Amino acid sequence: MKTESKLQQILDNGQFGVTAEIGPPKHSSSEGMRHHAHMLKEHVDATNITDNQTAIVRLSSIAAGVHILDSGIEPIVQMTCRDRNRIAMQSDLMGAYSLGMRNVLCLSGDHQQFGNHPTSKNVYDVDSMQLIQLLRRMRDEKKFFSGEEIKEHEPRFFIGAVANPFADPFEYRVARLEKKVEAGAEFIQTQCIFDMERFERFMEMVRARGIDERVHILAGVTPLKGWRAAKYIQNNVSGMIVPEELVQRLKSAEDPKKEGVNICVEQIKYIKENIKGVHGVHIMAIAWEEVVPEIVERCGLYPRPKIN
Amino acid sequence: MIIAQQKPVKDIAAMISDCNKVLFVGCAGCVTVCLAGGEKETEILASSLRIMRKLEHKPIETVTFTATRQCDPEYIVALDNMVQEVDAIVSLACGVGVQYLAERFKDKWVVPALDTKFIGGATEHGVWEEKCGLCGDCVLHLTGGICPIIRCSKSILNGPCGGSQYGKCEISKDVDCAWQLIYDRMTALGKLDKLMEIQPPKDWTKSRDGGPRRAVREDVMIG
Amino acid sequence: MPCSGTIDHRVILHAFEDGADGVFVAGCMEGDCHFLKGNIRGKKRVQYVKQILDEIGFGSERVEFFNLSAAQGQRFAEIVKEMTERIMQLGPNPLTSNPDGKEGGIA
Ligand code: SF4
Ligand code: SF4
Repeated sequence: MKTESKLQQILDNGQFGVTAEIGPPKHSSSEGMRHHAHMLKEHVDATNITDNQTAIVRLSSIAAGVHILDSGIEPIVQMTCRDRNRIAMQSDLMGAYSLGMRNVLCLSGDHQQFGNHPTSKNVYDVDSMQLIQLLRRMRDEKKFFSGEEIKEHEPRFFIGAVANPFADPFEYRVARLEKKVEAGAEFIQTQCIFDMERFERFMEMVRARGIDERVHILAGVTPLKGWRAAKYIQNNVSGMIVPEELVQRLKSAEDPKKEGVNICVEQIKYIKENIKGVHGVHIMAIAWEEVVPEIVERCGLYPRPKIN
Repeated sequence: MIIAQQKPVKDIAAMISDCNKVLFVGCAGCVTVCLAGGEKETEILASSLRIMRKLEHKPIETVTFTATRQCDPEYIVALDNMVQEVDAIVSLACGVGVQYLAERFKDKWVVPALDTKFIGGATEHGVWEEKCGLCGDCVLHLTGGICPIIRCSKSILNGPCGGSQYGKCEISKDVDCAWQLIYDRMTALGKLDKLMEIQPPKDWTKSRDGGPRRAVREDVMIG
Repeated sequence: MPCSGTIDHRVILHAFEDGADGVFVAGCMEGDCHFLKGNIRGKKRVQYVKQILDEIGFGSERVEFFNLSAAQGQRFAEIVKEMTERIMQLGPNPLTSNPDGKEGGIA
């Protein structure tokens, strides 16, 4: 099903996609986001806009999408199931579409206990699987989640979902990805890959089930600024794996930041050349957006294809 | 059964700070089993409050009674005489019992001594764990007998989420991931294929939604 | 009491309500319980009562649990001495020294 998403066109054309991520601020100014968007706009096909990531209250992802779009990048609006029931979800989705958003990424969302409002109540009226299904229903069947008809102007999003090859149970991760594709996901962004060997095993199973032929998989990568960041993720973030060698490599580097970028470039090149079934890369440079253009250029992914 | 825990004595004391004679009503049902509001706990609480009030030079008189069940009108009738001369009633039952007392003794100040927490059971002596979220539309046949509604921190019906690692939930290394348990049990039962079915969004009208729910068995209704 | 494990929270609380200045519960040595864990249960219960007494402002110092065997007459004497000294320092039970305090009714 064709949408107006440029990201979809690039991926459907068989070109290796590049996406990045912009996190909205904890205040009401768009300046920082616009600055980042201008910095990235020639180097990526689209950027994710996180939705109150790690359950910390931030400027709305849809409002941020307007600023990003206005700055010349196609936004991928993230929508978690944590904060909205199905009424608010549909309302926000239609609103986002009316504002020019064309891509949505469905996720469960981090539990509120990690954020700055741990005493709040989570919603989880629908889960990420069901959200994918429901987006499909709005677009393909022109129906609200309830089954009621959408008479006109149904939102027509390019529908994305996430996969985490580093969470458990490992074997079931591939099955669950397939379930998401069954539900209607058209592109997948993975959790940050640090353990390449595990990702390769994951992709092997993905190919064995032919999932890579049914969905566009974008491999998630993150440049690390130093060994402390690596260690932190290794010890504190559930569902992520950071091999000790990587920590050591950063630790012994003369210029850890430069080494972090080097590692990221190596990872992308490796994935692009050696792992079949990966259709693009998603660069999550957390609070380090300015480094993305360099990474993209060094990987030979610049210039980006032009889509009208 | 219903699991409850006593509120801090200070909080209970504050609710009855202006009362001189108070009736403490325990319940011999669930809260006796979970050691929160049985006869013994009722007497301990009454004694504690007497000591506390005496230390404050505002002694309080107490009456204690433990009902067979506070969630049944027939068992609270016995309180009719006792409530006459007291200024307040402290209920050591779950929220249901407190409400039954408040409804029957309309002109009395009825307060809760317990926080009603969840329904579950004991995992060992002195430890209770939540097992059911009272969703009104049980799906345990789809999930290997493990409740995703209450045991998964996100009530996900198509889990596990990306935070599940080493068998634990993303919220804490002390909490099992319900979906890992479901996966393990379904694997053991040879029914993993069942987990490939996408479970549709839940119909929450059967759960906590718009007013109190009711259950009716017409065959046992009288009249 | 046949075993310190049979001590009831209420007995200790009532003793204080009735004017006791101090209470100590003596259980057998740990590991020597005739009922396996009675003395450990007793100790935990005393701990719980201490918690309540602290919470309600009475203070937990007036109650204590000790382990000793029937053969340790000297140790018993020491404990009694220790406890008596402690109580002397604390003074009389505040519930009895309370000038306008009336006995609360127990149903
Ligand atoms: S599925 Fe619903 S009814 Fe069944 S155990 Fe879970 S919460 Fe209770
Ligand atoms: S880690 Fe498991 S239990 Fe925790 S929220 Fe995710 S699926 Fe649910």
